[in-house]
Amino acid sequence: MARAVTTNRKIAFTVLAWLVGLTLFFPVLWTILTSFKTEGEAIATPPSLFFFDWTLENYVEVQERSNYLRHVINSIVIAVGSTTLGLIVAIPAAWAMAFSPTKRTKDILMWMLSTKMLPAVGVLMPIYVIAQSLGLLDSLSILVVVLMMMNLPIIVWMLYTYFKEIPGEILEAARMDGASLGKEIVYVLTPMAVPGIASTLLLNIILAWNEAFWTLTLTASKAAPLTAFIASYSSPEGLFWSKLSAASTLAIAPILVMGWFSQKQLVRGLTFGAVK
Amino acid sequence: MGAITLEKVTKKFGNVTVIPGVDLEIADGEFVVFVGPSGCGKSTLLRLIAGLEDVTSGAILIDGEDATGRPPARRGLAMVFQSYALYPHMSVYKNIAFPLKMAGIDESVIKQKVEAAAGTLNLTNYLDRRPGQLSGGQRQRVAIGRAIVREPSAFLFDEPLSNLDAALRVNMRLEISELHQTLETTMIYVTHDQVEAMTMADKIVVLHDGHIEQVGSPLDLYNKPANAFVAGFIGSPKMNLVEGAAAAKYGAKTIGVRPEHIELSTEAGEWAGVVSVAEHLGSDTFLHIQVDGIGQLTARVSGEFGVRHGDRVWLTPPADRIHRFDGEGKAM
Repeated sequence: MARAVTTNRKIAFTVLAWLVGLTLFFPVLWTILTSFKTEGEAIATPPSLFFFDWTLENYVEVQERSNYLRHVINSIVIAVGSTTLGLIVAIPAAWAMAFSPTKRTKDILMWMLSTKMLPAVGVLMPIYVIAQSLGLLDSLSILVVVLMMMNLPIIVWMLYTYFKEIPGEILEAARMDGASLGKEIVYVLTPMAVPGIASTLLLNIILAWNEAFWTLTLTASKAAPLTAFIASYSSPEGLFWSKLSAASTLAIAPILVMGWFSQKQLVRGLTFGAVK
Repeated sequence: MGAITLEKVTKKFGNVTVIPGVDLEIADGEFVVFVGPSGCGKSTLLRLIAGLEDVTSGAILIDGEDATGRPPARRGLAMVFQSYALYPHMSVYKNIAFPLKMAGIDESVIKQKVEAAAGTLNLTNYLDRRPGQLSGGQRQRVAIGRAIVREPSAFLFDEPLSNLDAALRVNMRLEISELHQTLETTMIYVTHDQVEAMTMADKIVVLHDGHIEQVGSPLDLYNKPANAFVAGFIGSPKMNLVEGAAAAKYGAKTIGVRPEHIELSTEAGEWAGVVSVAEHLGSDTFLHIQVDGIGQLTARVSGEFGVRHGDRVWLTPPADRIHRFDGEGKAM
C-alpha cells in the first residue's frame, strides 16, 4: 500500500515537473514557431500553433539586413572574455577567502553580493562617462571589463563555495611538499576544483551572453553583440514579429545548444553544497 | 640529521593561549610520540614544528639552526596527515612524485625514487591507480611514500592511523615501526591512543592543556608517572586513583594502583566490593568492582579467574605497587 502511494506521488511530481518545464519553455517554442510564419500569420487570431505555411523568408531577410556572424563573434568575445577575466581575478580572491579567512571575510562576501542588488542604471552615468572619456564606447574591451565586474560577485561566491569543500589538509600537504602559492593553485587547487570552475564558467558565459542593459547602452554597431541584434528588430518603424522571432531564435540558438550539452554540469553547479 | 629543539614555544589563537610555553629536545633518529586527550595541543605543536602554523613566541631549531620563520617546504620535514591528504586527481605515481617535481628534480631520478619507495611500501602494482581506487591502508602507504621520497630530516605523523579499522591499525603500526628502524630518521608522531604511544615510541611526551606533563620512555611513564594525570592516562585499563581515608592511610592525598597490580581474592583482602561488570577477553578478565567506601575500581585478572557479576571479592593493593600523589597531583 505504502509503495502505491509513493508511486502515485512520483507520477504527480513528474507531471507537475513537466508542466512547469513546458510552461517555461513555451515562450521559446512560440518564438521559434513564429520565426517560420509570415508576418500575417504571426499576428493572426486565433493563432495557429503548427498548421501554417512554414517559410524561411524571415531568416533570409534577417541575413540580408544584418551581419549575424559579426554579432555572434562579438557575443562570443564578450561572454568568453569577461568570464575568463573574471576567473583570473576570482580564483585567487576565492582562494584567499576560503583558505585564509579573516574576521571580515563573510562581511566582504556579503558586501560583494550586495553590489548585485544595486540597479545597473544607478551606475550608468559614471560608467558611460568613463567609457566615453577613455574613447571606449562601442568597443569590445569596455564590455568585457564591465560585464566581468558585474558578474564578479557571483563568480567569487560560486568559487568560494567550491573551494570551501576542498580539504585544507590537501593544500597543506602541497605546501609541505614544496609547492609555492602559485604552484599550489595551479597543480592542486584548480584541478581539484575543475567541476566547480566549469559550472561557474558556463553560468557566467550564459549570464554575459544574455546581458542586455550594458551591451545596448555601451554599443552602437561595431561592438554590438546578439542582444543588440535582436533589439534592432523591435524598432520604432513597427513590430515585425516574425523577423524579431527569427533574430531571437538565431541569437539564443548557440547558448541553447551549449546549455543543452552542459546541463548536467550546470545543475550540479547550481545545487552544489545543497546536499552533502 | 634531524635533531629538533623547541625553546619556550608559545601559540595563541586570538586571546586563547593553546601552547603556553614548551621546551623540548628531540634527538636525531628518535621516535617521539606526542600523546594526550583531545584539545591538549599535540596537533598544534606538530603543526608549529611543520611550519603550518606561526609561532607566537619562542624558537624552533632544526639541527641547531633557527627554523622558526622558515616556510614549511624549507624545513626539510615531511608530514603524513590523518586524512592522508592525497591529491585525488593524480595517480599514485604522481602523488609520490609530487614533492620531487616541486623540487625540480630530473624526471629519470624521480622515476627511480618513486619506484624504490613503491617497492618498499608494496605499492608497485598500484602506481597507475587514483587514490579513490585504493583501500584506507593503501592510501596511508601512499601518503608515507610521498613523505619518504623527499628523504626528510624528520617525519611528522598527525594521527595517521585514526581513520583505519582496528586490525589494519595494528598492521600499520608495525609497518611504521619497521620503517623507523630501516630509515633511522627522526619521527614525531601525534596520537590520542596511549597504546600506539606505548608500543611505538622511544620517547613519549604527555601533553595536557598545552603543557608537557612528562617526557620519558614508555616504561618510565608506566612505572614512574610524574603526576596523577600521567598515571591515569598511560596504561590500559587506566590506573585506579583513590582519594579519602584509603589514601590518607598511605600518607597521600591520592593513591594510584594499576588494575594489573591489584591482588584479588574471593576470601580476604584490604578492600571489599561487589563485581558490577566482568569483561572476559579470554586471556584476561577486566573486573569492574564497586568497592565499599571507595567507589568503582578496575582489576585485571587472568582469564581463568572465575568470578561473575554480583560476586563479592576482596582487593589488596601491594605496598610496592602503590603510587602516591600530593594535593597538587604530583608524585611523592
